[in-house]
Amino acid sequence: MIYWNSFSDFIAMGGYGFYVWSSFGATALIMTIEPIVVARNRKSTVARLKRQLRADARAENRNTAE
Amino acid sequence: MKDRFNLYRFASPATFYPLAGTLIPYFVALAVLFGLAGLYLGMLVAPTDFQQGEGYRIIFIHVPASWMSMFIYLVMAFWAAIGLAFNTRLSGMMTQALAPTGALMAFLSLLTGALWGKPMWGAWWVWDARLTSELILLFLYIGYMALTAAIDDARRADKAGGLLLLVGVVNVPIIYFSVKWWNTLHQGSSINLAKSSMAQTMLWSMLLMAMCFWMYSIALALMRARTIMLERERHTDWARVELSGHLTGGEQ
Repeated sequence: MIYWNSFSDFIAMGGYGFYVWSSFGATALIMTIEPIVVARNRKSTVARLKRQLRADARAENRNTAE
Repeated sequence: MKDRFNLYRFASPATFYPLAGTLIPYFVALAVLFGLAGLYLGMLVAPTDFQQGEGYRIIFIHVPASWMSMFIYLVMAFWAAIGLAFNTRLSGMMTQALAPTGALMAFLSLLTGALWGKPMWGAWWVWDARLTSELILLFLYIGYMALTAAIDDARRADKAGGLLLLVGVVNVPIIYFSVKWWNTLHQGSSINLAKSSMAQTMLWSMLLMAMCFWMYSIALALMRARTIMLERERHTDWARVELSGHLTGGEQ
């Protein structure tokens, strides 16, 4: 079922190892970093919007108290 | 809100936002599953290619990335057309959410293409019709992002960006048919409906990887769309409820 005879064969990729693993490595890297960046951006945006909402609510309370 | 099922309801951010939130984990899970299956079949089981040796395995990411780069652009152009014609709020958010992932797919397509080209053609890059038009696609993505980022007003940014997307859409068929229209160094498509030039395992590996890239792109676009929605709709009732829910903890 498995095509390769040994693990070193698999790594060598018939001499194309550098090209194959660079391609897969770069893709894996991008597909790991992109979700992390997006999640972080979401976290900071939500935190900022919450701060703004709280500040707005406080300002409104002051206005009605006067 | 009416009880009757209405597809247009999902065009409203207030309904789209929670729906997207529920769907994201499923798309992530599917992306992982398809990815693992595709990698197993493509990297461990699939036999070698008699012409290209083991280097051909690069196409298992090169082809899905190229497909996604073109398809995401078409989806963005579709949303841009809807947005310009009907002035819908959701469309601009969707194009904004899709652009970075599309750009990364175009970049991956070019990078893996170069890594394939070096051992196969002996050159990282040639000014071939296929390669050049794909590079233009990357520039269109970057141009769209730069243009919309430079305009402060979100609705105006959407309009300007939408126009750029619609003008640039002419490039997608050029990429797709470039290997037919011109005498290019780039090989023709490996998959066509009539008969495939690939072995069954190779074909399946590529399709599984393509599904993985699809699910990944959808998940990322939905994640981004939710943040953009919350930001743009922060003064509406649903966004306030969503944000004050965040105040007391609960779902992050």
